[in-house]
Amino acid sequence: MLNELDYYNFDYYSARGRIFDIQKYSIHDGPGIRTIVFLKGCALRCRWCCNPESQSFEVEQMMFEGKKKTMGLDVTVAEVLDIVREDMFYYRRSGGGMTLSGGESLLQPNFAPQLLRACHDFDINTAIETTGFAKWETIEKYLPHLDHVLMDIKHMDSAKHKAFTTQPNELILENARKIAESGMVNLVIRVPMIPTFNATPEEIRQIAEFAATLPGVERLHLLPYHRLGQGKYEGLGRDYTMSHIEPMPNEYVQRLLQAAQHSGLKCQIGG
Amino acid sequence: MRKFNTTDLPMTDRIRKLLDDLFAKMPEIETDRAVLLTESYKQTEDKPIIMRRALAFEHILENIPITIRDGELIVGSATKSPRSCQVFPEYSYEWLEGELDTVEFREADPFHISEENKRILRETYPYWKGKTTSELATAYMAPEAILAIDHNMFTPGNYFYNGVGHVTVDYGKILKIGYKGLIAEVQAELDKCNVYDGDYAKRHEFLEAVIISCKAVITYARRYAKLAYDTAQKCTDPQRKQELLLIAKNCATVPENGATTFYEACQSFWFIQMLIQMESSGHSISPGRFDQYMYPYYEADINKGILTREFAQELIDCIWVKLNDLNKVRDAASAEGFAGYSLFQNLCAGGQTKEGLDATNDLSFLCIQASMHTRMPAPSFSVRIWNGTPDEFIIKCAELTRTGIGLPAYYNDEVIIPALMSRGVSIEDARDYNIIGCVEPQASHKTEGWHDAAFFNMCRPLELVFSNGVDKGVQVGLQTGDVLQMRTFDEFYDAYKAQMKYMIRMMVNANNSIDVAHAERCPLPFLSSMVDDCIKRGKTVQEGGAIYNFTGPQGFGIANMTDGLYAIKTLVFEKRLVSMADFKDALIHNYGRGLTPKAAAIATREVVDNLAAAGKPVSKAQVEEICRMFLAGTQDRQQLAKYDKLLEMIEDLPKYGNDIEEIDLFARDVAYVYTKELQNYKNPRGGIFHAGLYPVSANVPLGEQTGATPDGRLANTPIADGVGPRSGSDKKGPTAAANSVARLDHGIASNGTLYNQKFHPSALSGMEGLKDFASYIRAYFDQKGMHMQFNVVSRETLLDAQAHPEKYKSLVVRVAGYSALFTTLSRSLQDDIINRTEQAFNA
Repeated sequence: MLNELDYYNFDYYSARGRIFDIQKYSIHDGPGIRTIVFLKGCALRCRWCCNPESQSFEVEQMMFEGKKKTMGLDVTVAEVLDIVREDMFYYRRSGGGMTLSGGESLLQPNFAPQLLRACHDFDINTAIETTGFAKWETIEKYLPHLDHVLMDIKHMDSAKHKAFTTQPNELILENARKIAESGMVNLVIRVPMIPTFNATPEEIRQIAEFAATLPGVERLHLLPYHRLGQGKYEGLGRDYTMSHIEPMPNEYVQRLLQAAQHSGLKCQIGG
Repeated sequence: MRKFNTTDLPMTDRIRKLLDDLFAKMPEIETDRAVLLTESYKQTEDKPIIMRRALAFEHILENIPITIRDGELIVGSATKSPRSCQVFPEYSYEWLEGELDTVEFREADPFHISEENKRILRETYPYWKGKTTSELATAYMAPEAILAIDHNMFTPGNYFYNGVGHVTVDYGKILKIGYKGLIAEVQAELDKCNVYDGDYAKRHEFLEAVIISCKAVITYARRYAKLAYDTAQKCTDPQRKQELLLIAKNCATVPENGATTFYEACQSFWFIQMLIQMESSGHSISPGRFDQYMYPYYEADINKGILTREFAQELIDCIWVKLNDLNKVRDAASAEGFAGYSLFQNLCAGGQTKEGLDATNDLSFLCIQASMHTRMPAPSFSVRIWNGTPDEFIIKCAELTRTGIGLPAYYNDEVIIPALMSRGVSIEDARDYNIIGCVEPQASHKTEGWHDAAFFNMCRPLELVFSNGVDKGVQVGLQTGDVLQMRTFDEFYDAYKAQMKYMIRMMVNANNSIDVAHAERCPLPFLSSMVDDCIKRGKTVQEGGAIYNFTGPQGFGIANMTDGLYAIKTLVFEKRLVSMADFKDALIHNYGRGLTPKAAAIATREVVDNLAAAGKPVSKAQVEEICRMFLAGTQDRQQLAKYDKLLEMIEDLPKYGNDIEEIDLFARDVAYVYTKELQNYKNPRGGIFHAGLYPVSANVPLGEQTGATPDGRLANTPIADGVGPRSGSDKKGPTAAANSVARLDHGIASNGTLYNQKFHPSALSGMEGLKDFASYIRAYFDQKGMHMQFNVVSRETLLDAQAHPEKYKSLVVRVAGYSALFTTLSRSLQDDIINRTEQAFNA
């Protein structure tokens, strides 16, 4: 018989998945001090994506500070959990925990939910940052093991959404509503504000108004466009199609914030 | 749940003006004290030393010029000009005599000195020849200890050339009973003395000396009362006139009598604080638990309705300004080790009461506010954190941290209290600890801790292992054998331990020699009157009058030695990728890199001197050639490639500071080589040695005197700071670095450990940022870390401040156990601060 404390013997601890990075002391991706696990592979190809190495599920090489770096590592739940647990003291003091980011963790349904579940075995708070682009049956596998969902709503116009991300938005909007209605998690809506795509007061207002209709949703995070990912595109030998886009001046960001605030949600710049 | 008043208070125009006046001109060296001291000493040569000290103190306080600065509410200045200093020839003078013409132009802590004052000092100094503590200490020292000092194995310079200081006195008692009450206590002891008692001579003389000193202080305060009164009579501004009359009344009342109001308590505190520093040049006279002993006066006045929170704040702000008005000139080398004109007057808030309850009160918050207002290096503001510390308090502290002035420093009661108890301190006294100087805990007003007794550079003994104990051609250390013949890592590590042990013993010899010299030549009756249990024991703190006696020299270089020894262990002995001969060659040749200009000049001088001594004088062209060689480094490409490969191999090894258990436990063991050995030794006051692990800012100047180390550190560059990882080698963020540091045994380093962190301001933005930051500290403390302090300023800001110092005159940064004005630091120390890893948040 298994000892109840012998968690690591449970079969889901040996589930395997593919990640490309783990970052500690993250304080902007869910409550408290958190460790972010970045999963590899995404269904969207957002033009502004600041983690282009996250998009393909395949292991690839990226030049980083003059050195070739392999992006993509196959790991077990137990291996990741060992690293996540190193910062246990900080989670306890701050109410933090682990956040799955990407890439898109919903694309690894035989790994991510297991990892979340393992965190809950140790009372580690869990969160995901997600596009919400997956079948509902898949999302249902995650929800019991999640405390927070940080979900992007990028645009209310499906055609424009598809033009900039390669996918339409209907499924995403539907999933946002279902997650909210499930009442199982604390849902926060996030909006990357991208000039030429959605960074007008009107477009931001529409998103915020949609978010306000989701039951239980109280917060909206507005994430202004930045170019910090540009070097990575070069490192991967890919074109960065947004190089002509300038980050928005602070005053303009404040205008967008005001537009969002009409929704009555608690809005903030940054996560 | 207790509630605190956390509301911010604005800074008044008065404080703004006092601060402006403080920096109106360059600090000066004044000579009044030196002249009066010498006058008195010349007339008392037939008397016991303790009496001579008291009479000299009296002579100084009766005659030294006094001044009331414009607009101040708390009076008492040691010098006519702000931020200036007196000098103390009884400890040492030769260095200042030699530096009189350069002290104004040196890089670290320059002082102006007038031609007239230079002349006065040159006339005064001959009297002191052969009479100083430093000369007597040298006479006591073993020749091999002096040799070790000459070779920079350790530097006991602090107390070798200056008073000891590093103490907290019983402010609370004087506030309560005044010096009048204290004199009565001493008189009662005197009355018990019988002329036929075995210890009559010394006890009686000491007690008489205490009375003379305390009366001198009362006289001094009355001089201020008169000056304030006279100034008021001439004052045309009616408001200032009233202020001056109140000041006159205060000074006529305290510190002679017990304080009856918060304002009187503030004035009384200041006389005590300032005059201890008139009696001796010892720095780190630490006010300690100010929020505790001042609180009864604050509470009573608030309850009576005779004090507003606003006025209390202004008074505290005034004290903060005054703490920055005091100054001290050190020799050029020490000035680099203690850069930033700091006196390390450490003031503490929060923590626990003697009974183990939370001690935070409204004054704790006003102290934080005062540091926010004044944004000055003094006081070195410390906060005590324990599991019962209210969140409001630690978050308010975090707000102060966010201002970027490097204050407060955070201390962990949960480690320090048991650490002190393990050294024989009672549980009540341990709970009542405060911080001295940089980071050193002591039982308040009961301890002569000799904290900061010496800097012990843990890298130098490793150099001796490679050279079989020889440094610059002289057998300085032990002969531990030819390093090339060592067959196992254990053999190598044992040789390191042997060299360490030998140098620790030399340091103990040096410290104890200095200790005895202070007892014989500079016993301090005034200071001793306020440290338990000197009056009952009938002797000064210098002679063992305190209840708790320690000597705490501080080791540093743990990160370098951990990574370096690990490199030897792995690359030479385990993986056999490098031969010991090649490693040794790489260290001798500084991995093929050229030396810094300063180091090259020193190395050239050494070669030239050796050649000259061997009867081979060198031409100017040859000197230049030798120097060029040192500057350029290895030119042989093949050789250089070999060095590069070694550096790369070292670089690829796991490093301390990344939460890797194996390395961190090794670091713990390396620290034990210092901490465990040291606690075996005794000092002349009946106490033991115990270790601190921190370098103040000496990791930079002492790094300049240290050759290349096997962790890949180049010759003459800074040694790692505090107990932290080497600059830039902690690559996994602040939690991983803190986890590594927490794996050291902080409890055994009961003289304090120092962990510097640098955060980008964005990591503390908003209430969420403050909360996460506070959680970060608490989580480090959960793991038994002892101390943490932060520089919250962006790298860009610091670089800009280097380029445009004129724009950043008030930029305060955390150096080591203290804060300093960034632009007053030497370039190399500035670089070191910039290069400490900056912990930003991960977006």
